[in-house]
Amino acid sequence: MQLDYLGRLALLGQIYPLFSFRVPAGFPSPAQDHLEQEISLDELLDLRAPHTYLVRVVGDSMIQAGIFEGDLLVVDRSQQARSGDVVIVALNAEPMVKRLVRENGQLVLRSENPAYSPRYVLEGDELQVWGVVRFSVHCHDHA
Amino acid sequence: MWFVSVCTAMTTHEPVFALIDCNSFYASCERVFRPDLLRTPIVVLSNNDGCVIARSADAKPFVKMGEPYFQIRQRLRQHGIVAFSSNYALYGDMSQRVMTVIEGLVPALEVYSIDEAFAELTGLPFAGMETLGRRLRAEVLRCTGIPTGVGIANTKTLAKLANHAAKRWQRQTGGVVDILDPVKRDKLLKVIEVSEVWGVGRRLTAHLRAMNINTAWDLAQADVWTLRKQFSVVLEKTARELRGTPCLELEEVAPPRQEICCSRMFGKRLHELPEIREAVATYAARACEKLRSQRSLCKKVRVSIRTGMFNPVEAKYAKGVICELPYPTDDTRLISKALTDGLVHVFRTGYAYSKAEVMLLDLRQRGEFTDDLFATTQPASAEKVMQVLDAINSKWGRGTLRPGGVPAAPGWAMRRELLSPSYTTRLDQLWAVS
Repeated sequence: MQLDYLGRLALLGQIYPLFSFRVPAGFPSPAQDHLEQEISLDELLDLRAPHTYLVRVVGDSMIQAGIFEGDLLVVDRSQQARSGDVVIVALNAEPMVKRLVRENGQLVLRSENPAYSPRYVLEGDELQVWGVVRFSVHCHDHA
Repeated sequence: MWFVSVCTAMTTHEPVFALIDCNSFYASCERVFRPDLLRTPIVVLSNNDGCVIARSADAKPFVKMGEPYFQIRQRLRQHGIVAFSSNYALYGDMSQRVMTVIEGLVPALEVYSIDEAFAELTGLPFAGMETLGRRLRAEVLRCTGIPTGVGIANTKTLAKLANHAAKRWQRQTGGVVDILDPVKRDKLLKVIEVSEVWGVGRRLTAHLRAMNINTAWDLAQADVWTLRKQFSVVLEKTARELRGTPCLELEEVAPPRQEICCSRMFGKRLHELPEIREAVATYAARACEKLRSQRSLCKKVRVSIRTGMFNPVEAKYAKGVICELPYPTDDTRLISKALTDGLVHVFRTGYAYSKAEVMLLDLRQRGEFTDDLFATTQPASAEKVMQVLDAINSKWGRGTLRPGGVPAAPGWAMRRELLSPSYTTRLDQLWAVS
């Protein structure tokens, strides 16, 4: 597994320009010319956008997509859902998180767990796509 | 020459305003996270679950605005209407989302209330106005799930009227009405009752009817000097605006309020001074937050209490008192002390109190007050303490740091038994989906 180091994180909602070094009496810091803005998770996840909502996951139907009970989903309401997207939908008024797939012109809501069978969207069904799941946040603490 | 030509080019743009108004806003907010209620009529109740303050369109035939909840319970059940306590955390957040979406699409915006905003579209191509209106509506719906109506016209009063038409003839208009065309505008004015005109209330309507002014068109045609003499300059402006002459501008920055009020019903009747003192201290703390957020100071405060006014078997009592502060201040401690001292003056034992009200009066901006050169001013240390108080509460949540007289979970807190979760503002109450 390869990991990319992204840099330090800023506090939520606050981005500090880095001019915090005092003018040194001795040698200037060699890093001073290379300071960049701190990274913000808010910006990365687009959390402050008016179309972004956080949703809490209940149940285990999406575990093979890496989405577990209690995870936070970052949902974008403005995005048009495409085949293959993980989405929040209301199927006949029941909200659920599923993978939306178009197979031979047929819409299917797939769970990512072999214990659950796919749900084909049929003629009498009412499907409302609520938003597209763009990120999920999982806590790796163990009790 | 060059300068002159630029000026004419700019002034040839006729002003254009849009009013964007959310449909049954509170009920629509509740529906966003309850797809199961898409076709269920909804009402939202006032603080303390007292009376109906909002209805979804499909609840309107069955419930009137202001009806007391306890009287209509049976009727709600009978028609399958779902009631909610008002969830201002949710409505406030959804309102902000709606306004942010609109702001991104228009040159200038005036947020007029929690669920409506005026946009200035002056200078944009006339022919594209209705398309822009539809785009605004579609974007707000897509990003927030809140349906809106859009009215477009040359003046704010006409935009408001166009918006009314967009709602009334929702199906025919698709929720967008553009009356920039004078022919269309006059046609609409002739079918709209004068009572539907912005700023024309029930009493004014009665007066106007007596003068044979029945429709918006009649008001637009009325003699403006007569209107000014007999009523007010405000109504004169309204009439001019209905004719298409703009008299009202977009107010992008709300002027600071002249007085601040915090008043709430108690969750139950209170009889003893200490409990009421807690409530007054709590309302005082909230009012002071509002005061500081608009950077004003106050010199006078008023506290009042009252019993229930409608129950025939209850003894009735209501009294208030104004207290003068030593200097213009925004210090919660000082203001709270003045108010709770005032409370002792108006409190009488033997009554069942239902409500307390706190008002901050005689507000001024810093540096505005100079009628006595040697008058004492608020010490700098008080400013510091209040800054820290506000900083802590803004970071950790309202009420984290509070004066000792303000309880965390008061026994008199308002009843909100039908409250939905704060889906968008509390991590522990997020929408849960399986």
